[in-house]
Amino acid sequence: MEKKIRVLVAKPGLDGHDRGAKIVARALRDAGMEVIYTGLHQTAEMIVQTAVQEDVDVIGLSLLSGAHMTLFTDVANILKERGMEDVLLVGGGIVPESDVPRLKEAGIEGVFGPGTPLNQIVDFIRENVKR
Amino acid sequence: MYDREMIEELEEKRKRWEEKTYGPLKEKKGELKDRFQNLSWMDIAPVHTPLDIKDHEPLRDAGLPGEYPYLRGIHSTMYRGKVWTMRQFAGFGTAEETNNRYKYLLEHGETGLSVAFDYPTLYGYDTDHPLARGEFGKCGVAISSLKDMEVLFKDIPVDRITTSMTINGPAPIVWAFYIANADNRGIPRDRIGGTIQNDVLKEYIAQKSFIFPPEPSMRLTVDTFEFGSREVPRWNTISISGYHIREAGSTAVQELAFTLADGFEYVRWAVKRGLDIDAFAPRLSFFFNAHNDFFEEIAKYRAARRIWARGMKEMGAKKERSLLMRFHTQTAGVSLTAQQPEMNLIRVALQAMAAVLGGTQSLHTNSMDEALALPSEKAVRLALRTQQIIEEETGVTNTIDPLGGSYYVEWLTDRMEEETMRYFDRIERLGGVIPAVEKGFFQREIAEASYRLQQEIERNERIVVGVNKYQLEEPPEIPLLEMDEEGERIQMNRLKRLRKERNDGKVQRALERLRKAAEGEENTMPFILDCVHAYATLGETCGVLREVFGEYEEPAIF
Repeated sequence: MEKKIRVLVAKPGLDGHDRGAKIVARALRDAGMEVIYTGLHQTAEMIVQTAVQEDVDVIGLSLLSGAHMTLFTDVANILKERGMEDVLLVGGGIVPESDVPRLKEAGIEGVFGPGTPLNQIVDFIRENVKR
Repeated sequence: MYDREMIEELEEKRKRWEEKTYGPLKEKKGELKDRFQNLSWMDIAPVHTPLDIKDHEPLRDAGLPGEYPYLRGIHSTMYRGKVWTMRQFAGFGTAEETNNRYKYLLEHGETGLSVAFDYPTLYGYDTDHPLARGEFGKCGVAISSLKDMEVLFKDIPVDRITTSMTINGPAPIVWAFYIANADNRGIPRDRIGGTIQNDVLKEYIAQKSFIFPPEPSMRLTVDTFEFGSREVPRWNTISISGYHIREAGSTAVQELAFTLADGFEYVRWAVKRGLDIDAFAPRLSFFFNAHNDFFEEIAKYRAARRIWARGMKEMGAKKERSLLMRFHTQTAGVSLTAQQPEMNLIRVALQAMAAVLGGTQSLHTNSMDEALALPSEKAVRLALRTQQIIEEETGVTNTIDPLGGSYYVEWLTDRMEEETMRYFDRIERLGGVIPAVEKGFFQREIAEASYRLQQEIERNERIVVGVNKYQLEEPPEIPLLEMDEEGERIQMNRLKRLRKERNDGKVQRALERLRKAAEGEENTMPFILDCVHAYATLGETCGVLREVFGEYEEPAIF
């Protein structure tokens, strides 16, 4: 039997908007993945530590405060420092189109804005998971 | 209201209509959906008649505007006497940038101010705190001290314009900044008016910018009620908010029920402290969402007024003003789409219309670009113009509660109230609002509703224009707000200079006195004001309270 994809859904920073994170977490679980949700107010360091402890294949970041350039990039950088490039990093929230190329360059491989169909996120993860 | 004969005849006719007129056509041609439901999943009938409200007694259940139970409106002249306050929620970057935005909005006809704070401020941290990283000025203005507040309201007549501030955990401190700024400008405290959101219960339920555990949070809230009714009588010391509950994914019924349950909970705590209900109740205010289902929203506002008036009377309120549900409305941020963002102008106009037909006291209309970024000047001006068109051109302000008496709206209003009462019972069985929060009851109810709706959208059972129907491939082409890149440095410098120039001994002594008050039972507000006047920062003042009260951690439920 194929191993289940393990996903960490994480809320970096102080942002409390968690409707999207919770909906995505449930959709991934309904799609047969194992989902861990960090809860609110996580630092980049905390998120990576949880990812290590839970041995996840994917980290999904959710942020609606506008601090994604800093906080998403922080997580990507720590993953690089620890040689964890085999963890697929994706993110979503209120992200202007013009920020997307820079986020991708920084290592956030999928960026999903408001109104993204849930199956698009599921498919992206299935197709791009690295281990 | 109707005589029995008429009802009996109608019952028969209604039955015949179903069998002979409506039924056959439905059978033959079908309808576009199997079920017609609103956003609370109530089944809606093809037509409503007096049969749906046959027990409705207009005098008992509706009354007249400005009279109990205030279903038709809280003022006897409503918009004929005074139009709702046009109050756009705004804030970004530095106090300077936001001050400019306020002046821009006032120039274009806005009639009240509403401050959006950035996340560090919402959590009681200064801009130079490590957890503030990346958040400076992003979804609101950064206010770390009285100095910033002075800049924020520079050249704005705070004795003539009212200001609403969306601040909860650190509400007493930020309110103290506002009061202290007025003090320093020589404006008496009884001349300033406005609102602090200060609704911590809905923070645990939905918005999640809580700091302290529930008990000390409630204590601070009651401190502000007491201080406000004594010293700042024109201030609304709380805005009991359903908006965020709805944005977190609740239904309209849940928004109504949870908000009012919170409202009555605050009253219970204040009465338990020994405050006279009629001394603080007139300064309680509310805040609701205006979402997509037009009539459901209108019914929600109407039901809210009646439930509140009846409930407050039961709790012993005597003054008429204590029974009035005054509320602000904001159109639903969650309904905005990043796809074809110009469509949001139309959504917002319809939602705003529902709020006006529902009798709101003030209104924020969202800008079309808010699913992408903070609003640009042009977008926010158009949002304001939407309200001005409703006021000046549509004629809806000519008469009060124009939908009152509609079979459908009255039936729906009653249903909203019934469903709310059912939730009140469930909350009571859980031991009240705070135990229900601690058991994750509200959070789970909201998460269920939110996921259910999203699944219906995924299956195309609910249509979001531009998202799952009528899509366009082209990316949106609207210019977004650009913030001053230097802003964070300006703010950091002001904070650094403040810490150097102020009298540190005075700050430390004020903070120590606040600590003692917080540990004891005295009202904390005068002590917070002393700290603020001495230019203690938000982070320092809130830090003392954090040490005394501890911090809340929520169960992570999805």
